[in-house]
Amino acid sequence: MSVIAVDGHAFRRVESGAGAAHDTAQNDVFSNVAAQAPALPAAPLLKVQGLRVQLAGGADVVSDVSFEVAAGRIIGLVGESGSGKTTVASALLGHVRHGARIVEGRIEVAGTDLLSLDEDALRTVRGRVVAHVAQDPATTLNPLLRIGTHMHEVLEVHAPALDRAAREARILDVFADVGLPAEAAFLKRFPHQLSGGQQQRVLLAQAFVLKPRLIVLDEPTTALDVSTQARVLATIRRLCSQHGVAAVYVSHDLAVVRELVDDVIVLYAGRIAEAAPLATLFDAPAHPYSQGLLAAIPDVAERRALQPIPGQAPAPGTRPAGCAFAPRCPLADARCGSEQPALSHLYGGQQAACLKLDAGPAFRIEAAASARRPAAEADGPPLLEVAQIDAWYGSRQVLHNVALRLGAGECVAVVGESGSGKTTLARALAGLGEHAVGSVLYRGQSLSLHARERTADVRHQIQYIFQNPYRALNPRHRVGETLTAAVRHFFGVDRAEAQRRAEAVMARVSLQPGLLDAYPRELSGGERQRVAIARALVCEPQLLICDEITSALDVSVQATILALLRELQAGGLSILFVTHDLGVVRALADRVVVLREGRVVEHGAVDDVLDHPFNRYTKQLVEHSPSLIDAAHRPQREARVIRYSI
Amino acid sequence: MSSVPLNAGAPSPASAGPLATLKALRGRLPAWLPWFVGRLLSGIGVVLVISFIVFGATQALPSDPARIILGPEAPEHTVDTLRRQLGLDRPLVLQYADWAQQVLSGNLGRSIDSSVPVGELMAGRFANSLTLTLAVAAVAFPLALVLGIFMALRRDSLADRAVLSSVVLFKAVPGFVIGICLVMIFSTSVFSILPAASLLDPSLPAWRQPQYLVLPTATLALSVATYLLRLVRASMIEAMDSEYVTAARLRGVPERRIIWRHAVPNALIPAIQGVAMTFRVLFGGAVLAEVIFSYPGIGNTLNAAIEMRDLPLIQGIVLVITVGVVVINLAADLITVLLTPRLRTATRIRARSPGLRNAASLWRTGKSWRVSV
Repeated sequence: MSVIAVDGHAFRRVESGAGAAHDTAQNDVFSNVAAQAPALPAAPLLKVQGLRVQLAGGADVVSDVSFEVAAGRIIGLVGESGSGKTTVASALLGHVRHGARIVEGRIEVAGTDLLSLDEDALRTVRGRVVAHVAQDPATTLNPLLRIGTHMHEVLEVHAPALDRAAREARILDVFADVGLPAEAAFLKRFPHQLSGGQQQRVLLAQAFVLKPRLIVLDEPTTALDVSTQARVLATIRRLCSQHGVAAVYVSHDLAVVRELVDDVIVLYAGRIAEAAPLATLFDAPAHPYSQGLLAAIPDVAERRALQPIPGQAPAPGTRPAGCAFAPRCPLADARCGSEQPALSHLYGGQQAACLKLDAGPAFRIEAAASARRPAAEADGPPLLEVAQIDAWYGSRQVLHNVALRLGAGECVAVVGESGSGKTTLARALAGLGEHAVGSVLYRGQSLSLHARERTADVRHQIQYIFQNPYRALNPRHRVGETLTAAVRHFFGVDRAEAQRRAEAVMARVSLQPGLLDAYPRELSGGERQRVAIARALVCEPQLLICDEITSALDVSVQATILALLRELQAGGLSILFVTHDLGVVRALADRVVVLREGRVVEHGAVDDVLDHPFNRYTKQLVEHSPSLIDAAHRPQREARVIRYSI
Repeated sequence: MSSVPLNAGAPSPASAGPLATLKALRGRLPAWLPWFVGRLLSGIGVVLVISFIVFGATQALPSDPARIILGPEAPEHTVDTLRRQLGLDRPLVLQYADWAQQVLSGNLGRSIDSSVPVGELMAGRFANSLTLTLAVAAVAFPLALVLGIFMALRRDSLADRAVLSSVVLFKAVPGFVIGICLVMIFSTSVFSILPAASLLDPSLPAWRQPQYLVLPTATLALSVATYLLRLVRASMIEAMDSEYVTAARLRGVPERRIIWRHAVPNALIPAIQGVAMTFRVLFGGAVLAEVIFSYPGIGNTLNAAIEMRDLPLIQGIVLVITVGVVVINLAADLITVLLTPRLRTATRIRARSPGLRNAASLWRTGKSWRVSV
């Protein structure tokens, strides 16, 4: 057991009593742990105690975070946006972002207290003892420098004794290690000439070339496709065990973490909500937030009735007194609103900071009824029938003879990795594609691929929702203006009627009517996406084209949006849902179309395709999609219940 | 019609022969060459269009030059004869071809005001302007660069805010006010150490008479440096906030190396366009400063020529300035492309002038506009 997270106070007590009689509950846990894992070295490689990071205004970003990691172990740091996970990750290198500062705590790596070091000493530790791999490799590599320059720099700085030839030999060694071409020619390339996966491997190579003791990985696969992600994760796992490196893996995605780590820490609002060995967390999450997260994640392996967590995570400075999760927690009572729960120790090294641990599960994973029948055949002529679409990007053809059908009231998912042409297809059907040709029937009538050639009647029936809710709304328009402008454009109604319809549609997407006077910047990501959906709904659409509309949102928020879409679909709306996430497909869609390099490689009912993929590429996608369910457990999913233990 | 016929508008496959040759050539030639040739041609196009306008404004106006030369009293047949002698009865295209040929062979006609050949007149004035421009560049560019980087590194410090406020002050005050203030301080009211007017000795080149250059240079440098300074500061701040700088810090790269190897080169690319913009302004004649100091540069000359309706001289100056601006733009874009690996290696550069748009966006909003290829 390498994760021992306690709040700062308790930890000091334990430390002072180390070696003494086990007279406290905490010490009992420690002795249990030691008995379970006798092979582990006594001193953990990384020790974090009572870490507290503050913004310039005095608001805590991270408070009372303590944990340990032993050499060779990987710990997952999981949380949604604003949970402080990235702040903790960079603090492990003694770094905080501009405007923040570490006000309390101790971070010890291989016996060195990082926070007591001066700039120069810290610099020698960074990279050599603790390495960092950042989230987005495309922006983390300097666009003006060649790959070789990036690699040489690390060695020039930390191993000045090496001459150029020796450096190059080491670089080519580590390239082979991380799965990059170990050729001098590759070193001459610029970052933009590499694929996303290769760029991420370069970052890994930079981290591993100095053979550090601890490596901090901050969402290193978020920007990658599932297949690339699976390969990069495998590389990380191999490198960590091969070199005996301790690793901290930061992620918002529990499913990814599950593929990789030994222990998990769930962060919420800057505090540790729960810390547990991997299997324990997934089988018996103790904290209501962990339970909620697990119940909100759509899974590729089974259709679930996703349980949205109501509300949203508080930003630093707006965190409530008492338990930060209380406003969203179905179990919360008055005490939760006033008392900050400390981490308490449960059986098997599990710890959770909750006052209601006995109150039973706050959320439970529920398998939904199996997917609806594929409706298209039964319901007569389809709403949308794409006989063929071809599209070009410049002189490159990005869609080849794509065909699909969408029945009334049906939800069809279009799935593919980046570059598969799925967004191009969605835009073409919405009439936004510039270089698309094809023959498409909408309600039996020929449909132009250029929105301006469509009649107003057809235009309002087909609505498009964009991926990024932060950029899809006019920042200078209040929500009300955004909605009424669409109403008045299509229906020519008077101001009062437009206002009435705007209010009605706000209720449909579960937003307070008071938000009509808000500007988009005042809304959270989930609220903005609801406004974007409302803007589409107010046009009284028959067909909603959704382009990755949940990919910019946290899982708990994603669940609420998916629930809304399902509700709308039950009301008779047809949805074309573009996504790269097979879990979302399983949770939402009736049928699925798999795109690869602009061609449809497989299509069919969701359960058929995901359970028994026919095409090799689809099979690969399904296999590489991280799942919370073991392959071995999948047939017995009915048997899965959440167990709680204290 | 709502359904487009299949494959309409699809690019037809090019014939194999020339395409293969092209591909083979592409291996040896730099990838940006087609883009550059395109830019070169469009630059030539701009010069052509300007030459049409210049020609049209003078030779092809509805008023009849023959009538103007001979005066309103002259009999109609005399005017006709002169018109034929001048070639004014010929088609416009031929007249333009003749005129263009004259211009290309360096014959821009004679100044109406002074009867000196226009080319001769311009050569001296352009040399003076160029000297002033280079002097301003030599002062303003290093100043803006050093101060901009310094301010970016000490962002929000007292020094940064003080310099930024005074920069805004200099930018808000019109150039001629700065000029007049400098004259009052250094030539008339306070000290009398520098000449108030730049009465250059025409027999000597301008750079041999530095005492006359100081005040015009200072005036212009103060006004252009403020622009460049803010540009460099903003793009340097952006570079220092970038993820590659954070990543370099987390790899333990020393701060000095981060600044000079990682941040500054990235910050300077948008500055190239800022420098080009400055050159364009200065080369096109820094009219105000030249008028204030009676500096015999091109701006002053153009100003005088317009006042005198000296058409041949106006034509000549406008043409030379046009060519100069086109060359400066071309050079700036080429340097931007050569310094940006992403653009240099791209076979198709979509943004016409990526750096310029970036510079403009930085200037307006303080945020960089990213080039996507």
